[in-house]
Amino acid sequence: MLPYKKLQGALNSSQGTALIPFITAGYPTCNSFLKNLEEISQIADAIEIGVPFTDPLADGVTVQKASFQALKNGVSLSWIFDQLSNKKFEIKIPLLLMSYLNPLYAFGFDRLAKYAKNNNINGIIVPDLPFEECEPLKRSLDKEGIALVQLVSPETPVDRLETICKKSRGFVYAVTRTGITGKETSLPKNLTNYLDTVKELSPIPVCAGFGVRKREQVKLISKHADGVIVGSALLKIIEGNKDIVKFLSSLKDF
Amino acid sequence: MKTTNDQKELLDRLLRGDLPDKEGRFGPFGGRYVPETLMPAINKLTDGVLRLLPSENFKKRLNYELKSWVGRPTAMTNAKALSELWGSEVWLKREDLAHTGAHKINNAIGQAILAQELGATRIVAETGAGQHGVASAAACARLGLPCTVYMGQIDIERQAPNVERMYRLGAKVVPVTSGDSTLRAAIDEAMRDWVSDPVNTHYIIGSAVGAHPYPYLVRELQSIIGKEAKSQLEEIAGLPDAIFACVGGGSNAIGLFHPFLGDKNIKLIGIEAGGKGKKLGDNAATLSSGNKTGVLHGAQSILLYDENGQIQETHSVSAGLDYPGVGPEHSFLKYVGRVEYKNATDSEALDALKECCSLEGILPALETAHALAGAKKWSSQNKGSRILIGMSGRGDKDMPILRKYIGIDKDDKPNATV
Repeated sequence: MLPYKKLQGALNSSQGTALIPFITAGYPTCNSFLKNLEEISQIADAIEIGVPFTDPLADGVTVQKASFQALKNGVSLSWIFDQLSNKKFEIKIPLLLMSYLNPLYAFGFDRLAKYAKNNNINGIIVPDLPFEECEPLKRSLDKEGIALVQLVSPETPVDRLETICKKSRGFVYAVTRTGITGKETSLPKNLTNYLDTVKELSPIPVCAGFGVRKREQVKLISKHADGVIVGSALLKIIEGNKDIVKFLSSLKDF
Repeated sequence: MKTTNDQKELLDRLLRGDLPDKEGRFGPFGGRYVPETLMPAINKLTDGVLRLLPSENFKKRLNYELKSWVGRPTAMTNAKALSELWGSEVWLKREDLAHTGAHKINNAIGQAILAQELGATRIVAETGAGQHGVASAAACARLGLPCTVYMGQIDIERQAPNVERMYRLGAKVVPVTSGDSTLRAAIDEAMRDWVSDPVNTHYIIGSAVGAHPYPYLVRELQSIIGKEAKSQLEEIAGLPDAIFACVGGGSNAIGLFHPFLGDKNIKLIGIEAGGKGKKLGDNAATLSSGNKTGVLHGAQSILLYDENGQIQETHSVSAGLDYPGVGPEHSFLKYVGRVEYKNATDSEALDALKECCSLEGILPALETAHALAGAKKWSSQNKGSRILIGMSGRGDKDMPILRKYIGIDKDDKPNATV
């Protein structure tokens, strides 16, 4: 099955709301990467692996800090592929890479698509690549059947929403609010209306992310989207050396 | 550099005014690489720029401020002592005499008016050397708009006088401690602010960088430097053989060069920060040392980055040039072979600054001193030429750095007995 179809299928067939945790690769230590991945894969429906970047301008302090630490630890896209190809266990759920454009650009788009395919990566999310500029990357990923997951935001007008939803593969990433990741503000009041609109326009699953950190939020979103993405809140659990599985299960426990 | 037909055709398109194109591209450079949350704001701004910039009402409002508040036109000075020493005819376009002390005010007041016309109720800006921060703070005070300026912690320390000026002018200054704590991190942080409130906030970017329409908008607002210089020199002395400007992000250079791009017998030379030397990380010589295209801060351009795509830290004695990228139009102008990019080291810039102070009675900014250093070097190989140098700003802000790098020599002591 093509990688993007597997991703879409996994989200469609998940029991209740699909849970997509985000971790920054190699944070807090290089050794923690595969260990965390294995642990999270027991409970998640898909995992988003963050490629660190020096200028993560869509991210709040938590992801920034993790990104800078991972860079200090020597993490790169090549290192991530290397770790994935040498791991001694199998991951059955789909994997995604979240990366700003420049590390992908430096790696080469065609090469990226091949490496992604060989390492069971199903999709790629690029926060600084709006759909107007996505063609060159999308062309390369399409060749290998890798999803380029498009993002939409509450600022996106409806006609534009429709175009983007049609263009997305795997799922549509619905950013819950304006701003950066991990801000501890409450989710916007009109969130459910917005998610309903995206759901209505999207032929593929819709997953919501940015600022999701509590069970009540997941519960609310679950009625209006197919999945949630949890990043900064999970990084804080990892940073505090707390139980990852316990935290993630608690989010779905309603 | 040899140019192909393709490159010639691209330059001709630029000269006809066809670039940037609708997608915000200058050939292979430019574009709009921003989070989706900002795209509606970017599209609205693009429409606003294309509609307002040519409108009589906007031009009238801007020209009034430029004349009565900024103090334009700025002077054209014949640098007699430098001319004699260098064996050339040296002319200085005096942006250091513009209100708040640098060319930055041309862009800041223009964008502030534009933002107000488009209904923005709040302004954010980033600053490296502090000149753009001061200019934005002043423009916002003038128009009654609240202003927040992001500035790297390292720059706050090395450009302290400007931080106090921003406070006095009513701006909120937010120190940035993430990333490299200089200009690049300040742009990251200003963009994070903008993405949080894209509807009411306008981001006044300080250089000819960023997503479309910014490189175009900044170039249009700064082109007044080159337009004035051209008519002034035509009247007093005749057109120059070569023009020099310092290049960080490249706003004063694009403003000075742009009106001369069609005069193909005039050499245009941008001078970047050569820093401590040629090693990656020791300079900010993006175009004069590098050739790798990448994406940073919303645009595709030539950048300094490593094999993993990580943006490089840079070094320059001048905070305003300490940036690992450059505006996309400069990458384009290098690509088509119309502008040549060279660099001057920290010590060459400091020497040029001292020379300009003692011979011409003008204290240039450290950024500007790079242009002087580059012009001097070129002049030594091209004696008898007429050259124009963009004096992008004044050096009052640099006193803490000058104290650190030059110190106060015995000869310099103000009270030394004669």
